[in-house]
Amino acid sequence: MTTLDKPASVALPDEPPGPADRPVRRELGVANVLSHGFLLFWGALTVLPLLWMFISSFKSNAEILADPWSLPGALRFDNWSRAWSGAHIGQYFLNSLVVVAGSVTLTMLMGATAAYVFARYEFRGKQVVYYLFVGGLMFPVFLALVPLFFVVRNAGLFGTWTGLILVYAAYSLPFTVFFLTAFFRTLPTAVAEAALVDGCGHFRLFFQVMLPMARPGLISVAIFNFLSHWNQFLLPQVLMQGDESKWVLAQGLAALSVNQGYAGDYAQLFAGLTIAVVPVLLVYILFQRQVQSGLTAGQLK
Amino acid sequence: MRHGKYPLIVTFLVPPVLLYVIFVVSPYLQAFQISTTDWLGYSADANSVGLANFKTLWNDDYVWNALKNNAILLALVPVLTIVLGLFFAAMLNMGGRKGRAGVSGVRGSSFYRTVYFFPQVLSVVIIALLWKEVYHPNKGLLTSALNSVGLGAPTWLGDPRTAFWCVLAVMIWSNVGFYVVLFGAAMSAIPKEIYEAVMLDGASRLTTLWKVTIPLLWDTVQVAWVYLAIFALDGFILVQLMTNGGPNFSTDVIGVRMYDTAFGSETKFGYASAIGVVMFFLTLTVAVLALRASKRDRIEYS
Repeated sequence: MTTLDKPASVALPDEPPGPADRPVRRELGVANVLSHGFLLFWGALTVLPLLWMFISSFKSNAEILADPWSLPGALRFDNWSRAWSGAHIGQYFLNSLVVVAGSVTLTMLMGATAAYVFARYEFRGKQVVYYLFVGGLMFPVFLALVPLFFVVRNAGLFGTWTGLILVYAAYSLPFTVFFLTAFFRTLPTAVAEAALVDGCGHFRLFFQVMLPMARPGLISVAIFNFLSHWNQFLLPQVLMQGDESKWVLAQGLAALSVNQGYAGDYAQLFAGLTIAVVPVLLVYILFQRQVQSGLTAGQLK
Repeated sequence: MRHGKYPLIVTFLVPPVLLYVIFVVSPYLQAFQISTTDWLGYSADANSVGLANFKTLWNDDYVWNALKNNAILLALVPVLTIVLGLFFAAMLNMGGRKGRAGVSGVRGSSFYRTVYFFPQVLSVVIIALLWKEVYHPNKGLLTSALNSVGLGAPTWLGDPRTAFWCVLAVMIWSNVGFYVVLFGAAMSAIPKEIYEAVMLDGASRLTTLWKVTIPLLWDTVQVAWVYLAIFALDGFILVQLMTNGGPNFSTDVIGVRMYDTAFGSETKFGYASAIGVVMFFLTLTVAVLALRASKRDRIEYS
């Protein structure tokens, strides 16, 4: 940071110290147009496919084939109902809800209790167990895929929601424990000690004092886990083969895409995709800040 | 904290540890063992064959082809994503200047950030299926746009010459927004005084970005590098759903190879696990190398 030591008078020659304001502003005008141009371009690139999907979900198949860029002649909601009940997207949607509700609850319960112990108590072997958990952050799920298939099958959990819930939770523990341990450490020890002195038991201390104080951290991790469980594809594809009525949303959409190739019902596919996208985008827009911080912390630490 | 803490430790720790050991630790350990057998799945017999699977792997042209594709992804996806991410993050966070005293974001920067992040919250499945339609040779957005201005369009995912680049473009599309947000957060942690001082010295915007912002962001860039490298070695879901490795294996990646070997027409679990072990060591190597290569002195703001 040598530039910091230079006196201000050593300005570049093309920028005289006196009436510098005007040229600077003009340069900014051009740069601003440019930068807004690039920003708008990428924004359009991001939104366009999504918008196209949304608009196409109201079109007829003939309209979709004739001109992909046109607007629908009428709002055909029957595409949506065809996707929802005909292609069972509604069923898969509810299945996903059940699985994710179970897995996020289980993940948060187990992650929070384990993290609390790691952050607040001393016992022998603590380091080993902690690093056993956190080590799981580094390994690709792929390596575990084949044996996991048999572990789940031998436990009699193959093709069941319980199996998926347990597996999702197990694979979410490394990050959840890692993040929440750091979070519980930041909570004031004085409060905990005061509660203990007042005769509060260890369990009550956790549920009535520490857990409420940790709420911001818990919410961030829960949103992170919700999105990653909701978007799971690899694990259900391996562990939920067979019985179609139990599939989760991602599997249902993949199957719909394949069937659409034979049936030529593009409108139904777009409607199905839109049904899957809208709730997630709504959750995101409502909880933007938590989602962004949760995901950036989640994928990189 | 002395009295009665052990009941709590036991009740709080044993269930998660059990769950984790059964479903995570034990499969990882078994994978190494299975990779040295000729196990064909559902039958009980698995004979130990030592390193024979790895020898077969070495001579497997399909695996090499997939690895080559992963290598191209590894070379291009992180660089392009990080450059675009830094570029847009810089635009959003330093695009505007308030008078002569400091930098600020352009107007509407929080709106842009929100929109750019969209692909990150969507499932990869949806991204893959949606882009498959965008690339559709008859009714896709791209083809008809090109046709309407009188240009011929390739068949995108149907052509071995273009399919790989189409998939690569989707990978970058889906990742950039995340890094805009990440780099943006790191940029806003840089103290304003530094920018004020640099601007008083008359540094141009580009110089400021190149000489001040990026060096101060290096830690974050390094982390991004590692994550993107790991991402580039995977690519399974996008490839499987968009092209399934085709046409003519032009988009095949090692993850698809492994999945097909294990759960495709034949269930060669031993061989698939060997591919998994190779992926494991590749990922580890790439992560270590990326960390090494981007090592610089840490900068902390006091």
